[in-house]
Amino acid sequence: MIPELGHFALWLAAAAALLQAVGVTIGLWRNDEGLMRLAVPSALVQALMTVAAFGALTWAFVVSDFSVKLVATNSHSMKPDMYLWTGVWANHEGSLLLWVLVMALSGAMVALAPATLGPRFRDRVLSVQAMVALGFFAFLLIASNPFERLVPAPTEGQGLNPLLQDPGLAFHPPLLYIGYVGLSVAFAFAVAGMLEDKVGPAWAKATRPWVAGAWAFLTMGIALGSFWAYYELGWGGWWFWDPVENAALMPWLAGTALLHSIAVVMKRDALRAWTLLLAVAAFSLSMMGTFIVRSGLLTSVHAFAVDPTRGLFLMGLMALYIGGALTIYALAAGRVAEGRQFALVSRESALVANNLFMSAMLGVVLVGTLYPMALEASGGAQISVGPPYFNRTVLPMLLVAAILMAVAPFLGWRKSATGHLASRLLPAGIAAAAVVVIAVWPLGVREIGSLLGFGAAAWLGVASLSILVKRGLTLNAAGMALAHFGVAVSILGATASGALQREALVTMRVGEAIEMGPWRAELMDVRPVAGSNWTAIEATLDVRRNGAPVAVLKPQSRVFVAPPQETTEAGRAGWRTGELYSVIGKPDGTGRWQVHFWVKPLVRLIWIGGLLMALGGVLALGGKVRAGARRRSAVAEGALPLPQAA
Amino acid sequence: MAVAKPKQQRLVLALAALAVLAVAGVIAAFALEDTAAYFKAPSDIAAEQPTPGQVIRLGGLVKEGSVTRSADGLVLNFTVTDMKADTAVSYRGLVPDLFREKQGVIATGSFDGNGRFVAKELLAKHDENYMPPEVAKALEKNGHPVKGAPTASVGGDMVAGDPAA
Amino acid sequence: MSWTTRALWLLPLLLFTGLVVLMAQNLGKPQQAVVRSHMVGKPAPAMALEGVAGVPGLATADLKAGTPVLVNLFASWCLPCAVEAPQLKALQARGVTLYGIAVRDQPADVEGFLAKHGNPFGRIGLDPGGRMMIGFGASGVPETYVIDGRGVVRYQHLGEIRAEHVPMLLAELEKAK
Repeated sequence: MIPELGHFALWLAAAAALLQAVGVTIGLWRNDEGLMRLAVPSALVQALMTVAAFGALTWAFVVSDFSVKLVATNSHSMKPDMYLWTGVWANHEGSLLLWVLVMALSGAMVALAPATLGPRFRDRVLSVQAMVALGFFAFLLIASNPFERLVPAPTEGQGLNPLLQDPGLAFHPPLLYIGYVGLSVAFAFAVAGMLEDKVGPAWAKATRPWVAGAWAFLTMGIALGSFWAYYELGWGGWWFWDPVENAALMPWLAGTALLHSIAVVMKRDALRAWTLLLAVAAFSLSMMGTFIVRSGLLTSVHAFAVDPTRGLFLMGLMALYIGGALTIYALAAGRVAEGRQFALVSRESALVANNLFMSAMLGVVLVGTLYPMALEASGGAQISVGPPYFNRTVLPMLLVAAILMAVAPFLGWRKSATGHLASRLLPAGIAAAAVVVIAVWPLGVREIGSLLGFGAAAWLGVASLSILVKRGLTLNAAGMALAHFGVAVSILGATASGALQREALVTMRVGEAIEMGPWRAELMDVRPVAGSNWTAIEATLDVRRNGAPVAVLKPQSRVFVAPPQETTEAGRAGWRTGELYSVIGKPDGTGRWQVHFWVKPLVRLIWIGGLLMALGGVLALGGKVRAGARRRSAVAEGALPLPQAA
Repeated sequence: MAVAKPKQQRLVLALAALAVLAVAGVIAAFALEDTAAYFKAPSDIAAEQPTPGQVIRLGGLVKEGSVTRSADGLVLNFTVTDMKADTAVSYRGLVPDLFREKQGVIATGSFDGNGRFVAKELLAKHDENYMPPEVAKALEKNGHPVKGAPTASVGGDMVAGDPAA
Repeated sequence: MSWTTRALWLLPLLLFTGLVVLMAQNLGKPQQAVVRSHMVGKPAPAMALEGVAGVPGLATADLKAGTPVLVNLFASWCLPCAVEAPQLKALQARGVTLYGIAVRDQPADVEGFLAKHGNPFGRIGLDPGGRMMIGFGASGVPETYVIDGRGVVRYQHLGEIRAEHVPMLLAELEKAK
């Protein structure tokens, strides 16, 4: 009964979306107040009904109602409780339902938030958003009904992929989805802005919180995904440049560019057309990423269940929305373009430089991701483009961008003086030099790329901190500085964990030890252990540094019961902000075990930096609220990031 | 700095932008040329021996009875077959959980000077529903249809990513 | 507005169109999600599988005995295989000859599975490597094949056999005669 109610609620939500999309659009066109007034209530009904539908599906999962096909194929009564809940979205249909849920909720937020650009604009945004939502409702109801029943009901479900039975992976998709959908609001604002001819500082101010919020969630989602890959895959790496990862990275890059260019529109009313394009692109890339992953167009080792009808449906939706938005753009951009001018050395041009680097990175990632597909489509060979390509193209750009990022906040709008730069950046310069010297001499790093990474991290980190310690900051500026500092922290983590890492791959018997510099890891024991739905071989490694015990690692090789599958569970322990990481492999038949042991200094900084970035994004949501006590009165031209008073 | 005319400023900005994009494009093109790994099946290799050092993704099935280990237990030697031709592979590292005889595998690596294929990375996946799509394709080409094979279950043991996207 | 600027605004749309064309081309390829086996209408793969749990093994000749049979790919670790056990029983009760292939399984596990869910099979071939899955073009377990009396695959049933499938399979067996 409850699944049927959920199904019904989903239809009602779709009907509300239809009304909100078509009715309101007609109302806007005819200037019919009555129809326009439908926007807010229908957005609220849509949200309410979607919540009900999602609740119904969750209920089916939690009580293990195997008469619902989705539950039977993706759940199992033996599954630990938490994954009964998260199993709801760990599958195609459920994740789409989550997608429309987030979309409907953000629609309700738009409906309830004060309409700073006037009710007509709000209604326009809601109608555009409903059009997007409508497509996804149709997709759910027609091609992927989550409430389909199985008659007769099987007595047991097929189980959730064991790799998904993990807290990191359980919460990574919702975070990403909130990010994607947040970008859909920015998309709706952009389309509405073009249709209503409202693009300008006020529009930017209204759109920016959505971009900042979406960006923060995307950042967190990507960081969590990377952390999951790191501890779950047992490869010791944290980013693999897989198409699935790139699909999430591309909207993030576009969102980052958007976050910066929208500030220019807000402050200086310049870069309007470009910002609109970015807003359209950011959500388009989110949809495209989802589509590419879902349709199996790209050969990812992470292949998903694929259904050509679904692929076609998604592609139709995508072509409609992106094509439609770009057509409106082609028609309207000429009208909105031409903002004000600015000088070569100014905050604006620094932000343009940011956009340039973000777009260039986006371009090379897009090319690297799609090239194999294009080559194959044109009858060429089957190739794959892997980490070497991305490292060689993206890393240099990231480095240059990081160096510029440190300088940009010290530049003023319109036209900046440069005299103050030297003194303000002096601490950063000293820090960078010092860190490079430390890396070369006591630490023995010789590789030029790593040294540049250390230098850039210190340079950016100290420069960003020196903004943070200023008094009288706005939340906005503090958020920016924190996010920049987070980038520096991540760069430091990535560089150090690579350049200073030690690793050993050995086969060893119980009682033998790995010696590696000051580190010693002794294999104490290998024995079978069991969990609620798995059994495993677990090794016990006693790790000491200069003779003092540091940690005991317990890597496992797990075999899951339902569905049957093997996974590697790395044995990890923190050491300062780094990690000790170990994996156990197969026995060689003579009583020896393969063991891979790593010491990765500062590796946790990668994800801590990601969290700082996300936190910065959240702070920036607060906008211009003053964070510090009193704004310093004497602000040199361009000395403080955001000169406009609150 | 001296105040330039807005038009000139814009021009400089546009030129700088173009320059950055052009450099990015050139780097990307060269990197693509250098690093793209070609997917090959053993019969492709039998037909045309690749140059040493060229990165290849070698795909096929692990031949039955071909798996041996070196004395120190770290190097794995095995044969990849597509039912028509065989290629000998050696790999140093932890063997993936799902590496089995008669299962699909993709070995990424290159031939050394002695005509030996040295894999740096092994992808194997064993799941009743799964076969690496490229392997399925190669087998199909050689008359071993593996229908439905690429419809893998969600998740991969070798890759990061998004289970639900 | 100059003509070139206008063209510039169109550029994103054009690029996107190109991308859609590219993707549509790839999507049209029948590489994914083809569910049916190529083997329908072709002779079943050659096999000579050992028996298990005291049940005789399965060889190609057994499929050419003149009467249609059902070959069921199953595994002890597969839950839907347990779900379909009553239906297999029902088929057996209707006089159908059932042969099983235990995919990627160990003898002891198969024995346990049969003890728990009963044995409807006249013959069981043990296929520890899962070679027969490739041979039959199976996309998973369980799958059930109708083989006519001459060893040719006539019908493929994907997934577990539910009660409503039983008449259908009986009809397919009748057709294969």
